[in-house]
Amino acid sequence: MSTTQGTTLAPQLRKRRRKEAVAAYLFLAPWFVGLVAITAGPLLSSLYLSFTDYSLIGDSQWVGFDNYVEMFTDDPRFLKALNNTAVYVFVSVPLQLTFALALALVLDRGVRGLPFYRSIYYLPSLLGGSVAVAILWRQVFGSEGLVNEVLGWFGVEGESWVAHPDTALGTLIVLNVWTFGAPMVIFLAGLRQIPRSYYEAAGLDGAGQLRQFFSITLPLLTPIVFFNLVLQLINSFQSFTQAFVVSGGKGGPSDSTLLLTMHIYQEGFGNFQMGYASAMAWFLVVVIAVLTGVNFLMSRYWVFYSD
Amino acid sequence: MTSNAAAKRAQRAKTNDTLFGRVLRALAGKKLLTHAALIGFGLVMLYPLLWMVSSSFKPQEIIFREPGLIPGDVTLENYTNGWDALQYPFSHYFLNSAIITAGSIVGNLVACSLAAYAFARLEFPLKRFWFALMLGSIMLPLHVTLVPQYILFSELDWINTFYPLIVPKFLATDAFFIFLMVQFIRTLPRELDEAAVIDGAGHWRIFSRIIMPLCTPALATTAIFTFIWTWNDFLSQLIFLTSPDKLTVPVALRNFLDSSGDSSWGPMFAISVLSLGPIFGFFLAGQRYLVRGIATTGLR
Repeated sequence: MSTTQGTTLAPQLRKRRRKEAVAAYLFLAPWFVGLVAITAGPLLSSLYLSFTDYSLIGDSQWVGFDNYVEMFTDDPRFLKALNNTAVYVFVSVPLQLTFALALALVLDRGVRGLPFYRSIYYLPSLLGGSVAVAILWRQVFGSEGLVNEVLGWFGVEGESWVAHPDTALGTLIVLNVWTFGAPMVIFLAGLRQIPRSYYEAAGLDGAGQLRQFFSITLPLLTPIVFFNLVLQLINSFQSFTQAFVVSGGKGGPSDSTLLLTMHIYQEGFGNFQMGYASAMAWFLVVVIAVLTGVNFLMSRYWVFYSD
Repeated sequence: MTSNAAAKRAQRAKTNDTLFGRVLRALAGKKLLTHAALIGFGLVMLYPLLWMVSSSFKPQEIIFREPGLIPGDVTLENYTNGWDALQYPFSHYFLNSAIITAGSIVGNLVACSLAAYAFARLEFPLKRFWFALMLGSIMLPLHVTLVPQYILFSELDWINTFYPLIVPKFLATDAFFIFLMVQFIRTLPRELDEAAVIDGAGHWRIFSRIIMPLCTPALATTAIFTFIWTWNDFLSQLIFLTSPDKLTVPVALRNFLDSSGDSSWGPMFAISVLSLGPIFGFFLAGQRYLVRGIATTGLR
């Protein structure tokens, strides 16, 4: 195949193609170095490390699947972290997307001053990942914080929300939901793509607002819902800063805000159990990959592509 | 169709009977209600931030007694106290953050645009494979590469320097921006490249003289997002920077919280406000690019 192609191609063209390929690999050279040294290379070496016992000093010891077995049989904190992460992700992401969609729908109905409102609601998305906002959160939900101050007006005496094991994770969920602005902007862009003529036609046929929403808006928006869902799930699984700062770096009280990412950090860079930390990190990657895969498979049944 | 509707509207306006007037007024009322709800909700959302700004100007002892936004007593004490609360004045940490952020922006602009040009415009063996790999690396959690990266950087003696935070950006590891620029370059007409080829321009000239100048919006988006992400970044700075003189603003802030516990909210708020200032500034200046960037790639 390649020989016949080789003989039919003019030598000049072949030369140009080769030149182009060389140029492409030169343009990509920095990225290749990064791939080997910073992303894919470390990804593979952490897979190797996950089967070893390694503490940065001395050599790594091959232990087979011991780290993975230990996670599920001998580390109650890991199971707790897994549970916390699941609650955090599966409660905050649907709430976040609901707020995002609701606000986008309201703003899309020709409200004047759209850029202004969009900016206001988007701002928390930019600031939400910062240490400064995490510090603020710690105060707002503290025993003398803003929330309890407001509750006080109604005669409710609240305890510290961040210091109580039943509510601490909730404050982090609220923080994640608070950053609904980014998916909202994506929803807004999606809503703009829906041709107005569809609504006019439906209106002429006598379809009410509710009917129009369920028969036009929602189906045509499902690709965007899907996109946001995948993105926010991936993002939320990786949340770290807020839980770390709000809980003072410990994941407390009683491990109630210990997310998987924090447990990995503590084992790897606190206790220098690099092998064990790598195993948990790989577990996290597999969970995210499987969930994303399932999402893509499921999308066939509910995501509507018009073309 | 439209002129017909306009004519109808004009006629209606002329015969503005009481019923139609009433409907119009009701509609206006409903709009007002929507605006009131939107502003009210926005206020609730932004209230903690506004309260933090206002509290940073309140004397320490009244912060908790005043949930309102207007300070009863204004002072700059928190700012002066907070500025010198740690071993180095905060100007030192701000400078560190600024150096890392500036380096990251330059790195991302250079490396990601080079890679994007290859993916968007050139044909080469295994292109689809590399492109898929690049897309996949966007979703890779930092946690899984951090341990081997740490080992690598400690072998290079780079721990407690800015290199681990800047050098990777020059290696296009923020693949988000490659993707963003690929999407953008694909929208540029190919005729431009072809004309340049006829004029005898090589790929480097096409890239630097034709594609890059046209990419300014994508480059601006990249710069702004890199700024915000790097300025906010915490985990990698926490891990790779260890000595007090190397700390960045987020890590210093967190140490501040650690050392003073919950006792000095005033100075902590003051520094927090200052640390969010640059992000807010970039947000105001680059809103257009931000919104476009999120809409096309789903960046945060």
